[in-house]
Amino acid sequence: MPQKIEWQYKEILRQYLMSQTEENLYAGQNLSRQLIKKNIAPEEVISIHKGALENMFPELPMNVWNSFDLLIEMMIRYGLALSEHQNLIQQQEEMNIEIDLAANVQSTLLKTTVPKVNGLEIGLITVPARKMNGDYIYFLSDNINNAGVAVADVIGKGIPAALCMSMIKYGMDSLQDATTDPKRVLDIINRIVEKSVNNDMFISMFYGRYNVKESIFTFASAGHEPALFYNANKDDFTELHTKGLLLGVVPNVTYKQNDVKMENGDFVVMMTDGVTECRTEDGFIEQEIIISLIHSVRFEPAQTIVDTVYKELEKMQNFELRDDFTLVIFKKVI
Amino acid sequence: MSEYKKWKKFMNGVYLMNIEVVLKEEENFLKAFIGGEIDVLTAPILREKLTSVQLKEGMHAELNLSDVSYMDSTGLGVIVAFFKNINAKNGHVKLTGLSARLKRLFDITGLGEIMDIETDVKVEKNYETI
Repeated sequence: MPQKIEWQYKEILRQYLMSQTEENLYAGQNLSRQLIKKNIAPEEVISIHKGALENMFPELPMNVWNSFDLLIEMMIRYGLALSEHQNLIQQQEEMNIEIDLAANVQSTLLKTTVPKVNGLEIGLITVPARKMNGDYIYFLSDNINNAGVAVADVIGKGIPAALCMSMIKYGMDSLQDATTDPKRVLDIINRIVEKSVNNDMFISMFYGRYNVKESIFTFASAGHEPALFYNANKDDFTELHTKGLLLGVVPNVTYKQNDVKMENGDFVVMMTDGVTECRTEDGFIEQEIIISLIHSVRFEPAQTIVDTVYKELEKMQNFELRDDFTLVIFKKVI
Repeated sequence: MSEYKKWKKFMNGVYLMNIEVVLKEEENFLKAFIGGEIDVLTAPILREKLTSVQLKEGMHAELNLSDVSYMDSTGLGVIVAFFKNINAKNGHVKLTGLSARLKRLFDITGLGEIMDIETDVKVEKNYETI
């Protein structure tokens, strides 16, 4: 193979020395691309050049030949840098494959089933900013009388956040009982999280439970964005506030819970700060804009509402998500 | 993504790193003036500065946030970690000069209840211009 390259190079050089055209230069460019693909180091290219010259102009002065030896020496470091670069590219590819695998494991591990109860529509969308999602949704339901949802946001993004999430999953799995009060759910998860995280790690979480018989939505929050409540009769939105500290900061926290009666057409919007902290080049997208967006599709099914809001906000941000985006809607229907 | 777009994204990353942290230590008192944006990119700089502080028993620390124009949850994480470390040494942390947006962040997260927070009225004016 090297002999073929030497021959090719010599031919290109001969042509170029005869006539210095763009075309002949371009032939050189093409060859260099092939050389890179074949892992030929820069110092070897200079050797090839030297060899070709020796062959074509053997009478050149000794100084010229000697100078090539210096140039070859000079290029050795560049050759090493090139092979290092290629190694890094290969490692990066391997890592990407591993992350893809991890993202797959994550989505299997964190799979949750949307509950089906009478008189309640559930819309859900969750989109990670990177490959792994730092937002987490968990449904806890008996599929008859109670439908509960946990919306959690782990600080930070990517792999650390994703790892942290399996903790919430196993905490929630241990609960089993869909009638558990939201304040108690947060208390249990807080104890688990506080024991196992670093000082600068925490999770915000909202837990809401809809009771079919009473048409009552009960909720508690651990430092999470307040949910929005749409009252169809009054045609207005209010924030559902409850006090509660982030999960993982201190071990003993007493969480509070509140409830709201839902009538036909009312709905609750639960989200993460990827929704409320959407930033465009001109600054934040204000809450009023998000509310008016939701308002414009309020008569649609819950899933259509979340899909529409996501699409519109994505458009406003030029299709570049800065943070994981999660939106859940519980809508009361007949 | 085009080469230009890639380049622009990279440069954005470089130039958006605007954060300033000035520390003043005196015996058992620490005053920190923090300015700029505290986000995923700049939070490590703040963390490094704050962890460089020699923690003393019963230390009083004051973080002045009046020049902070934006803070995300990563920034919050750094401040919570600092708060926990000082608390573990029976010390006290006070946050001052919070803008309305920052105040809301501390209120929503419930951190406002466990931390000593002083809102600066003068800062509100500042906030309007951001």
